[in-house]
Amino acid sequence: MGLGRVFGFAKRARIEVDGAIVLLRDKSGRLAGRGGMKRLARASMATASNPEFEAECIRRILAGEKELFHELIRPMERAIYFMQLSLLRNEVEAEDAAQETAIKVYLNLRNFRGDSQFRTWVLSIARNEGLGRLRKQSSRREDSLDAETDEQTGDYTPAILTSWREVPSEALERKELGGLLRAAIEGLPAIYRNVVLLRDIEEMDVRETAAVLGIQEGAVKVRLHRARALLQRELAPRLKGFAPSRKGLFGWGA
Amino acid sequence: MRIDCQHVWEHISAYIDGEVDVELRAEIDRHLETCEICSAVLDSTRNVVVLMADDRVFELPAGFSSRLHERLDKELELAGPS
Repeated sequence: MGLGRVFGFAKRARIEVDGAIVLLRDKSGRLAGRGGMKRLARASMATASNPEFEAECIRRILAGEKELFHELIRPMERAIYFMQLSLLRNEVEAEDAAQETAIKVYLNLRNFRGDSQFRTWVLSIARNEGLGRLRKQSSRREDSLDAETDEQTGDYTPAILTSWREVPSEALERKELGGLLRAAIEGLPAIYRNVVLLRDIEEMDVRETAAVLGIQEGAVKVRLHRARALLQRELAPRLKGFAPSRKGLFGWGA
Repeated sequence: MRIDCQHVWEHISAYIDGEVDVELRAEIDRHLETCEICSAVLDSTRNVVVLMADDRVFELPAGFSSRLHERLDKELELAGPS
C-alpha cells in the first residue's frame, strides 16, 4: 500500500525521534528500526500498491484482462494469510482459507465500490472467510470472537527485568525466536490477536485496523495496549536467552 | 507532580506509537531518566513491537505464493468476476 508504506515510515521515524535506544542491528551494525527491512523489501512494489494502480487494475480485469488479478492481489497475500493464521491458528487451514479469500475477492470484484481502501475491503473478506470457518469448528467455540469484550479486566503488570534490552539481529535467523513470538501471539485472546496482527505485524494505521475489524478506533488502541503488555510479560523473560552473552555495546550483559 | 510506574505502564503503548501529548510525554521521559525498571519495560515492549514487524519473524510458508497463484490461474480460467 502506498499509504501503508507512508504510515510505516512515519512510525519508524517517530520511534527514532523518540530518542530510542538502538533496538535491532543487522550484521553491519546498521540500525534496523521498526519495520525498516520490510519497508525496504516492499519498496519494489511501489507501482503495484497504490489506489490509482488498483482502480486501473480492477477496471481492466472487469473489462476482461483477468490475468491482471495476480498483480492486484499479490501485495495483499501476506496480510490475507496472517489474518487467517491469527484466526484459525493452523497453517494448512490458513493457507486454504487464504486461497479461498483470493478467489472470493476475484469473484466479487465488481462489488468493490471504492468507498474504502481496497486492502480494507479485501481484509474484511478475509476476516469473514476465517470467521465462517471458525464457526464451523465446534471444538473452538470457547474462543468465540463475540464472547470476549473490552470490559474484561486482567493483570497487565509488565515483566520486570533489567538485563534484556536488545535482541541481536542474528537471533532473528534462529527459528526459535520466530516460534516464541508466534506462540505468544497465538496464546493471546482472539480480540487482541487480530489487533496485533493488523497494527504491529502488518503495520496498518489505527483507522484502517478499526475499519477491517468493525470496531472503534479507541477500542483498537485499548486492545493493542493490552496485547503488547501481555506479549511483553510473556516474551521478555524468555527472550533474555537471545541476548548476547558478552557485554553489549551499551554495557548490558546477559 | 511525579508520576508513578503504574501510570507509565498504562501509557507505554501510546508512548511507543507517539500518541501521548507533549505534557505527558515529558513526564514519562522524566520518569524514565531515573527509573531503571520502567526503562527496561519500555525497551522490552518496544523490542517486541519491532520484532513483530520483521518479515523474518513472520514468514509466509515456503511455496505459499506459487500455490496461491496456481490455484488462482485455475479459477481465472473457469470464471470471470460476477
